[in-house]
Amino acid sequence: MRSFRQRFLGNPRVALGLAWLGLVVAVALLADVLAPKDPFAIVGAPFAPPAGDFVLGTDSLGRDVAAGLIHGARTTMLIAVLSTLAAVGFGAIVGAVTGYYGKLVDDVLMRTTEFFQTIPSFLFAIVLIAILSPSAVNLVIAIATVSWPPIARVVRGEVLAVRSREFVQAAVVAGQRDSAILVTQVLPNTLSPLIVTGSLLVATAILFESALSFLGLGAPNQMSWGFMIGAGRSFMREAWWLVMVPGVAILLTVLAINLVGEGLNDALNPRLADL
Amino acid sequence: MTGSELGRYIIRRLLQTVPVVLGVVVMNFLLLQLAPGDLATVLAGEAGGAPKEYIDQLRQRFGQDQPVLVQLFNYLRNIVFLDLGYSFRQSAPVLDLLLARLVPTLLLMGATLIVSLGIGVLTGVLAALWVRTWKDHLVSVAAIVFYATPLFWVGLMLILLFSIHLDWFPTSGMEDVVAFHEGWARVVDIAHHLVLPTITLSLFYLALYARLMRASMLEQRGLDYVTTARAKGLTDRQITTRHVFRNALLPVVTMAGVQFGGLLGGSVVVESVFAWPGLGQLAYQSLFARDFNLLLGIFFLSSCLVVTVNLVVDLVYVVLDPRIRIG
Repeated sequence: MRSFRQRFLGNPRVALGLAWLGLVVAVALLADVLAPKDPFAIVGAPFAPPAGDFVLGTDSLGRDVAAGLIHGARTTMLIAVLSTLAAVGFGAIVGAVTGYYGKLVDDVLMRTTEFFQTIPSFLFAIVLIAILSPSAVNLVIAIATVSWPPIARVVRGEVLAVRSREFVQAAVVAGQRDSAILVTQVLPNTLSPLIVTGSLLVATAILFESALSFLGLGAPNQMSWGFMIGAGRSFMREAWWLVMVPGVAILLTVLAINLVGEGLNDALNPRLADL
Repeated sequence: MTGSELGRYIIRRLLQTVPVVLGVVVMNFLLLQLAPGDLATVLAGEAGGAPKEYIDQLRQRFGQDQPVLVQLFNYLRNIVFLDLGYSFRQSAPVLDLLLARLVPTLLLMGATLIVSLGIGVLTGVLAALWVRTWKDHLVSVAAIVFYATPLFWVGLMLILLFSIHLDWFPTSGMEDVVAFHEGWARVVDIAHHLVLPTITLSLFYLALYARLMRASMLEQRGLDYVTTARAKGLTDRQITTRHVFRNALLPVVTMAGVQFGGLLGGSVVVESVFAWPGLGQLAYQSLFARDFNLLLGIFFLSSCLVVTVNLVVDLVYVVLDPRIRIG
């Protein structure tokens, strides 16, 4: 059997996905170096087509689309990663507690999880942001609030499988506290499905963030890919690139994350990979 | 399964939906409490400021001077009598506004379900039959790309191609209101307007169902009953259509039920792109009018729709699959 590294990095889809993701993350980190000006600043004539003075043209107000794309990468990735981390953290706690304690706790928390899975999540996110008012923090809260249930389910399932194993019983007998058992014994064994589900959640979070910013519920004064599409949609007839460029960026990034996530899944569960 | 067993199952399943609906109502109420500024201050602000006595009077009229628990009770009681509140922006009861927008949304949902399930299942079956050929890879690549495409962007791209450049389909609306079509002409007109929004909303789910159907077909094909069927002398075609296909369809049906909430969320985006006069567009409009009564009404109705669809899917499941015990 080949090693995890070989199985993961040897997969051409993963390599492609990682290459694009690496580029996006680098651009997001170096946004201020690559495009030092404020992306909202007017730098030239409006509707300058791509490949002229500006690589990706300018928008209806004469703002540089390339600068918007670079700073948008930062906003979109930051919100997506933070909301995923929040969802994974919260979901893991709920899943671990329900799986570990069982009985009444399990019943109550799992009904709550099901409730959050039943209600239409995107609408719920819209309602939350409309009421909390749009801001970067509230976007993270809203996206995390609608995306934790699958994490809780995955972790609960794993915890249920691990809970009755000998090494956990040994820890109980050794007198470890519940919280210590959960963190040091049980949770490390749920890591691989958690990583797979979590990495795929980043993709969903990007789609949520862009759809919300497209609707005008994004973080104000932060350039984001969804906002660029929303601002450019009225001018599609004259300036196709305003909608095309950020859309392709979202598509490629989500695609890359899905490819890497699936690659992780195949590499962590080699027996399932051939199905 | 006898009729009375099924009847009891339906009643039990109906009772299970009560906590969910109740939960949504309570959450709506809590969110309304969280909303900045109550109705009285908003109305007073719109009138360009008002004396404090007037605001207090307004609060009293809306029952907002009562303790929170009493307000919650009143809110619950109103919902039971289908009173979802009043939209002061649109000057109409929320329920009337919702009912006027329900049919266009259901039309869009129905068309999307048929297209995404129909084409998704067909593509999945074909991909499973072509497994490990270039056609199968092509389907996989297309599915994974559609799966990653933001809905609103697909909608805009379709408008760019089919409405602006080719002029085949209208860019927005549900019908040509100035044409005053009647009878079949109107049906054709609406269908014509329905094409692009349906394709937009379908692509993501089509990709999802195609991938699921392919995996499900491949899984079923390796099971023992297929060997039995082959030993009986059935042809490959008979095995695929009569046995494998039917069993493989079940997870896809479940998924379609689970995804219905997502479909409703997607319709907000799609309806606002195509100005489709449904619940999603109403939600979009109420967002910017800060019309929380209306927005929460839409959320409540959508949740009820999801619960109903889940119920129907469960019942269809029990009827379709005799192995599912309902005891």
